[in-house]
Amino acid sequence: MGKLIYLDHAATTPVHPKVLEAMLPYFSAKFGNPSSVYTLAQEARQAVETARTQVAEVLGSTPREIIFNSGGTESDNTAIKAVAFAQQKLGNHIITSVVEHHAVLETVHALEKMGFQATFLPVDKHGLVNPDDVGRAITDKTTLVSIMLANNEVGTIEPIADIAKVIKARAKGRKIAFHTDAVQGAGSLDLNVDKLGVDLLSLSSHKFYGPKGVGVLYVRRGGPFMTWQHGGSQERNRRAGTENVPGIVGTAAGLKLAEENREAFNKHCSALRDRLIVGVTKIERSYVTGHPTQRLANNASFYFEFVEGESILLNLDFEGVAASSGSACTSASLEPSHVLTSMGVPVESAHGSVRFTLGLENTQEEIDLIISILPGIVSRLRAMSPLSAEKR
Amino acid sequence: MYSDMVMDHFKNPRNVGSLTDADGIGTEGNPVCGDIMKIYIKVQGNRITDVKFQTFGCGAAIATSSMVTEMVKGKTLEEAMVISNKAVAEALGGLPATKMHCSNLAADALHRAIEDYQAKQKVA
Ligand SMILES: Cc1ncc(COP(=O)(O)O)c(C=O)c1O
Ligand SMILES: [Zn+2]
Repeated sequence: MGKLIYLDHAATTPVHPKVLEAMLPYFSAKFGNPSSVYTLAQEARQAVETARTQVAEVLGSTPREIIFNSGGTESDNTAIKAVAFAQQKLGNHIITSVVEHHAVLETVHALEKMGFQATFLPVDKHGLVNPDDVGRAITDKTTLVSIMLANNEVGTIEPIADIAKVIKARAKGRKIAFHTDAVQGAGSLDLNVDKLGVDLLSLSSHKFYGPKGVGVLYVRRGGPFMTWQHGGSQERNRRAGTENVPGIVGTAAGLKLAEENREAFNKHCSALRDRLIVGVTKIERSYVTGHPTQRLANNASFYFEFVEGESILLNLDFEGVAASSGSACTSASLEPSHVLTSMGVPVESAHGSVRFTLGLENTQEEIDLIISILPGIVSRLRAMSPLSAEKR
Repeated sequence: MYSDMVMDHFKNPRNVGSLTDADGIGTEGNPVCGDIMKIYIKVQGNRITDVKFQTFGCGAAIATSSMVTEMVKGKTLEEAMVISNKAVAEALGGLPATKMHCSNLAADALHRAIEDYQAKQKVA
């Protein structure tokens, strides 16, 4: 096995050397607790507040609207619960979509068990939510809409700004909070909260070359918010607990770098993505999943009939290639990807899904290697499959 | 995630294919859970003289299919009927817990093939 070809950036990214460098002093040299009064601690406080300002600049918000926390899952949980419970007297209806990440879906399911009502909007075959469906789903009990900015499996970019307009028009002056899980959008899409028209937005640092276990929740000033984590007065009483100072510094460094590189990232990745899509779809009975144009620059996702995703991934791993699949056999739930099946991909075919997500460090040679080895892997597995023999 | 033996059977599966003159054919699994195994057997004088498999599925599904074909060759039908999914997993040095239910069905597929053979004998 030669060098690693990493094509799973939607799962996680390596910490960028510049990000690591920014973080390192805050582990030992500048280890103070930001809440303390002495100079050492004030260095840490300064670092956290500088980071907050840097993140706010990327989002076009004020620093006080930024909450640092433990990652995308916490951001999604907090956004949904904080609004749902704060507005409980006004209404109990939440709107989301069937293709959200589990961090959103399971949170909403948990709220349903507590008596909230939820609407899970369908998507079309490309994974798009129709803004008019959002409008039609709104009732006078709706307090929250949560739709992701870009899908983690198929890379489809949702029409967030259009949805925001529909919500505003239908709300008729009532307050309906709009949350977007922007975890997969960072580094590729414009995260300006006013342009998007959102009231809450989730980010996860390890998806943009920052550290794992750190994230950001943007909460628009003046909006409803019920605190979930109680304790000290950190994060303006919205998220208690001593700040993860190195993680927060790394988050800001990563996001700033990602924003600076955004254009270059999109150009580099979309060229490789398109090359990969052209090359891979030469395999017979292979299909691209997601939207043909409204998709993340770094997402190339497919399914191959008559073969199972994990088997493909293991064979790719033999060649040093890291990718992922929505197959049931790669999930603990033993069910194939809810995203693919809700887009109308047949269950058998959803098992044969493979997702490649690219990064700045990937090269054309790597893409060409995938294109050269994948047909052999698929045909070897098909030769072994009882399905291909029956159906052809 | 997988033992060396599982990876060996996944990389170099034994007895892949079909038998055009099979005496019994058995299928187990379903498309929803994502693993389907098909076993073909040739029987002579109560013994399994040849066996082949075709499998759609993950590493565990392919490795257990391959392993069961190795375990059963030359065995009497009675001996073959008592080979359990668990025994196949053990022969492979164990499987991850999540794979034990959905992906470990090769012995069941073998039993279906034997039953198919026995049903055909009754008709004949
Ligand atoms: C769209 C989306 N939302 C939320 C998450 C969860 O983020 P984290 O891993 O930081 O909890 C992920 C990543 O797995 C994701 O892709
Ligand atoms: Zn399996």
